[in-house]
Amino acid sequence: MATMTSGLAPKTWASRAWWSLSVACLVAVIGVLFAIFAFVIARGVPALKPQIFFTPTHGIAGGLSNAIEGTLMLVFLGLILVIVVGLGTAIWTVEFAPPWGKKVIRFMVDVLAGIPSIVVGYFLYVALVEEAGWGFSLVAGSLALAIFMLPYVVRAADVALTNVPRALKEGAVALGARPAMVVASINFPYALPGILTGVLVATGIGLGETAPLIYTAGWSNYAPTLAPTHSPVGYLTYVVWTYISQPFEESHQLAYAAAALLMIFVFLTNLLARSYVEYKLGGNRQQ
Amino acid sequence: MGLRIGDAVKAVSPATLQRTGAQAFLRVLTGVAALISFLIIFLMLFFLIYYAYPAIRFNGLNFLTNPIWNIGNQYGSGVTTRNGFSGPPGASFGALVFIFGSVVTAALTMVVAVPLSMMVALSLVYRVPRRIRPLANALVELMAGVPSVVYGLWGLVVLVPWIGQTFAPWVTAHFGFVPFFGGSAGSGNGLAAAVFILALMVIPIMVATTRDVILAQSNSLFEASMALGSTSWQAMVRAVLPSVRSGIVASILLSFGRALGETMAVLMVCGAAINTFPQNFFSPVNTIAAVIVSQLESALTDATGMAQRSLAELACVLFIITLLVNIVARGIMRGADRREGAHQ
Repeated sequence: MATMTSGLAPKTWASRAWWSLSVACLVAVIGVLFAIFAFVIARGVPALKPQIFFTPTHGIAGGLSNAIEGTLMLVFLGLILVIVVGLGTAIWTVEFAPPWGKKVIRFMVDVLAGIPSIVVGYFLYVALVEEAGWGFSLVAGSLALAIFMLPYVVRAADVALTNVPRALKEGAVALGARPAMVVASINFPYALPGILTGVLVATGIGLGETAPLIYTAGWSNYAPTLAPTHSPVGYLTYVVWTYISQPFEESHQLAYAAAALLMIFVFLTNLLARSYVEYKLGGNRQQ
Repeated sequence: MGLRIGDAVKAVSPATLQRTGAQAFLRVLTGVAALISFLIIFLMLFFLIYYAYPAIRFNGLNFLTNPIWNIGNQYGSGVTTRNGFSGPPGASFGALVFIFGSVVTAALTMVVAVPLSMMVALSLVYRVPRRIRPLANALVELMAGVPSVVYGLWGLVVLVPWIGQTFAPWVTAHFGFVPFFGGSAGSGNGLAAAVFILALMVIPIMVATTRDVILAQSNSLFEASMALGSTSWQAMVRAVLPSVRSGIVASILLSFGRALGETMAVLMVCGAAINTFPQNFFSPVNTIAAVIVSQLESALTDATGMAQRSLAELACVLFIITLLVNIVARGIMRGADRREGAHQ
C-alpha cells in the first residue's frame, strides 16, 4: 500500500497544487473586489453629508442634487423607452416572427450588445445633437442609455416569454381567450420575474454608464429642467470622472460621494433583482 | 421553442378568430418595436459613415497607417483641401497609434485575464463549498455591475500610484532584461494600469460564461477520466475543458470585444498618449474609445469641422473592429450550441 501511495504521489501533489492555485486566484480576485468596495465606501460614505442631496454643484464644489436628479431622470426616461421597445421586440420575436425573423432579431440584439458605448454616444451626438440640432439634452441622453440597455431587456424578455409553458397558452386559447388576452393574462404574468430581472440589470447598467452620456446629455451645474431638448443634464458618473482630476479637496470629496452613491444604487438594483427571483422561486417550490 | 399564439389559434379556433382586431393590432405594434431595434444599428452605421464621409475622403487610406494626430493650425488663414474636402492647414489625422493602442491593450488584457478567469471558474465549480457557492457567484456578478468610472476612480487613486512608485520601478530594476519590461518606469499612468483595470472588468464576464459552460456539460467526462486513473485536475484540464473549448473561445472573444470598446476606466488611467507608440509595459497609451472622448473638446475648436468628422471616422473603425470580433464570437457560440444539441 505504502508504495502505491508514493507511486501516485507526484501526480496527486501536482493536482493539489493546481487546485490550490485556482482557489488562490479566486481569493485574489474577490480580495481585489473587496479592496475596491472598501476604498469606495471608506472614502465615499464620510463624504455623503446630508446637504449634498439638496445643493447642486457650484463649479468644483457644492452638492450633488443636480447630478442625482439628472441620473434618475435619464435612467427613468431611458427605462420607459427601453421597456416599450424591448418588450415589443421580444413579444414580436417570440409570438409573431417567422423563423428567419427570430434569427435576424436575435442576431441584431447580439450585435447591438457588442457595440462600444462610446460609439452609441458619438452616433447620437452626430445625429441628434449636431444634425437634428437638439443640443445636449435629456432626450438625447435617455436615448443613448436606452440603446445601451436594449439588449439586456430584449434578451431577458425573450428567454422569459419563450419559457412560458405551452399547456398554459393552449388552455387559455381553448377557453376562448383572444391572442391579446393570452399575452396579457398568461404570457405576461408568467414571464414577469424574468423580464423584471432583465429590467433591473439594465437599470444597474444605465446608472453606471458614462461614455454614451458625455456628448448627448452634456453636463449642467443646475437642476435638470423638464425640457426635452436644448437643456443639458448633469449626472453622477460625470462627477466621478471629472472632479477627481481637479486639484481641490472639495471636488475630490464630491467625486467619492458620487462613486459611493453609484455603488449603493447598483448594489440595491442587484440585490432587488436577486431577492425578487429568490422570492419567486421560493414561492414556486412551496406550491 | 414555445408555442406561438398564432399557431394555437389556427389549430383550435375558426378562421374568423384569426384576424381579430386585437391580434392584428398587437402584431403591428410589436412589429414596429422590433423594427426599431433593427433600425438602430443601420441608423448608427449610416449616420457615422455619412458624417465621417468628408473625413474619409480628406484623410484617405493614409488614416489607417498615419501615426500623427494633429488638428493643424487653427489660427492661420486658409484651408488645406484634399479630394475636394477642406481641413485646417497642417492638419494630420492618423489613427494608427490609437488602433495599435486598442489592440495591444485588449490583447494584453486577455493574456492577464484568461488564465485567471479559468482558474477562478474552475475553483467556483469544483472547490468552493456548496453552501457558500451562491455568495461567491453573487460577488462575481456584482463585480460585473460595478460602473466603469468606479473602476477608473480606484485605478487613478490607488492602482496608478502603486504602479508608478512600487511596481514599475521594481519590475524595471529586476526584470529590465526582458524586452518589454525595461526602460523608463513612467508615472503609473499607462499600459500596465489600463491592462490591470480592464482585466478586472472582463474577469467576471469570462468567469460567469466559463462556469456556465462547464456546469452545462454532463459530469460523465469528468468521471470517466477519473476512472481511467487521472487526478481530478488532469480530468478537468484534459477532458472537461477541451470539451467546452468553443464556449470558452467565444467568451474570450466577447471579452476581447468588450476590452476594445471600454472607454471611461481606460481613459482615466491610460496616460492619453498622442503621436507616440508605447515603448514598454509602463508607457502611456491611448485607445480609439478613449481618444474619442479626450479629443472631442479640442476637435470642436476646428472651424472646418474636419477634426470632429475624423473622430466619427475613428468611431466607424472601432465599430467595424468590434462588430467583426462579435460576429466571429457569436458564430463560434452558435456552432457550439448546435453541436451540443446534436449530442442530446
